[in-house]
Amino acid sequence: MVSTDPAALRFDLRIIASTIEPGSHVLDLGCGNGDLLAWLAEHRQVSGTGVEQDKNKATACIARGLSVLQGDLNREVDDYPDSTFDYVILSQTLQQVFEPARLLSSLARIGRRVIVSFPNFSHYSIRLQLLCNGAAPKNDQLPYSWYDTPNIRVITLKDFRRFARDVGYTILREIAISSDRAGSEGRIVRRLTNLRATYGIFIIEKTRREKEQPRPHRQPL
Amino acid sequence: MTAPAAADHRRFFTFAEAPDLLRLESGATLGPVTIAYETWGELSPGRDNAILVAHAFSGDSHAASHRQADSGEDKPGWWEFMIGPGKAIDTDRYFVLCPNILGSCMGSTGPSSPNPDDGRPYGLAFPMMTIGDMVTTQKRLVDHLGIAQLRGVIGGSVGGMQVLEWMVRYPEVVRSAVAIATTMRHSALAIAFNEIARQSIMADPNWRHGDYYGGRGPDMGLAVARMVGHVTYLSDEAMRRKFGRKLQDKENFSFGFDGDFQVESYLRHQGEKFVNRFDANSVLYITKAADYFDIVERTAQLARPGDRPGQRSRYLVVSYTSDWLYPTYQARELVRTLKRSGQDVSFCEIEADCGHDAFLIPDQRLSTLVGGFFDGLD
Repeated sequence: MVSTDPAALRFDLRIIASTIEPGSHVLDLGCGNGDLLAWLAEHRQVSGTGVEQDKNKATACIARGLSVLQGDLNREVDDYPDSTFDYVILSQTLQQVFEPARLLSSLARIGRRVIVSFPNFSHYSIRLQLLCNGAAPKNDQLPYSWYDTPNIRVITLKDFRRFARDVGYTILREIAISSDRAGSEGRIVRRLTNLRATYGIFIIEKTRREKEQPRPHRQPL
Repeated sequence: MTAPAAADHRRFFTFAEAPDLLRLESGATLGPVTIAYETWGELSPGRDNAILVAHAFSGDSHAASHRQADSGEDKPGWWEFMIGPGKAIDTDRYFVLCPNILGSCMGSTGPSSPNPDDGRPYGLAFPMMTIGDMVTTQKRLVDHLGIAQLRGVIGGSVGGMQVLEWMVRYPEVVRSAVAIATTMRHSALAIAFNEIARQSIMADPNWRHGDYYGGRGPDMGLAVARMVGHVTYLSDEAMRRKFGRKLQDKENFSFGFDGDFQVESYLRHQGEKFVNRFDANSVLYITKAADYFDIVERTAQLARPGDRPGQRSRYLVVSYTSDWLYPTYQARELVRTLKRSGQDVSFCEIEADCGHDAFLIPDQRLSTLVGGFFDGLD
């Protein structure tokens, strides 16, 4: 396994990593070059699998000793038995998902907890641009023009809270962060999060009805 | 077997002498059985660094060249770019073992081997065997070499089938499996092409119901079988790029059947080459074994996580975009099955226009994947 420098991990991924208990079993959707999985394996004894659409990135992940499936995350999640993972991570991808409710429901089925992160569209820089320029806003987190963006949705922290509640999830934890231009450093935002956060990170689980017994915790492998 | 020009590095393991014959999946018995094999690198003191390379349908044990004690250069092997010092399957670190498959004609027992009953080649008296039988004999070889656990088994095409068969039969023995350009079972398309190959051999009057040894063999039938095979190993793109409609050594059509197009000439050449190195009956038996292969109903036997705490087997599945013999959808079916049974699996489709044969063509991506995968087991 290739050694990972903790400081090299992007700030938002560092925050996500810090929420995961050692020894957990994790699925990282859209795992990119596998930095998070490699860090978790090395520092948290986490056994993980990644899903990555890009063939070169998937190859790079496998070459560094990670278990990664090259493919479409919307499809790959369907094949796992219920509660296969302790955590399913959907990092900075929700804004590109065609059917978010359907995907979240699959994630909550295969994982005990789901960690979702996305760029916050109600950040003050975005609000100001729309107000003052009247043009589709861009910032460091959302750098694309309207005609070449992979992002098909705009989401705010507030929107996601409402969405999660409406489709039946309990938010266990919400972390609002403000990261720098490169995303390598940042800080946690505690006040006026919907205005000041560049990213939202939510840890959610399926809301249990009263009668339901809590699902047994999966023993780490 | 004529001695090759380069030094012969094959070793031979013979077992199942009468009366302890090998019982095959069909119920038939066979013995004695000889398996030819080659090895590279050194077995570690803990005997835990062995990687078994399973060859494809017409392959042999010569997967890579050997370092020669004398100054002579050894013949390159069929997977020379993958196996060797510092390569993906690093012979400085791993003990690499490549057995010739049962039923073949490259040193292991097959239809051209002498039948102990009368000393004459078996021909069709050779019992029908399966991919499972090939793997059973490989397991006997591995036991004979004193290897209790394999670090990995790896193979492409029919070699990939052997890899899957290993995982179904001996999951506790194998730490990792690399299945390349392969399938859990033959599609109707794959069976169809194999049947054309077999019919072509059997329709040759020189085949004589398999009893042609010592005389003229079914050369034409075997050559045509190989031509069909070659078409399935290529792809539309590869053939367009390689041949297009280019003519061979001429400016104009000959308006005859001598062969005008380069692709015709290529296939004829491949056919002829094959006749000189392969046995027609082996083609019949091995293609049939590949057609019978089906692990779909047996995937419950794959090792389940927790069977050996801390030692889950890991899988790497690789497919190629232009492989129409075992297309990517079949590799994805395998991946899905492995995921459903809780296996630790990696998968990557490689972009390549060379068709099924792509795994035999030097490609940095395959080396990177496999090298990193074996590396990451520690």
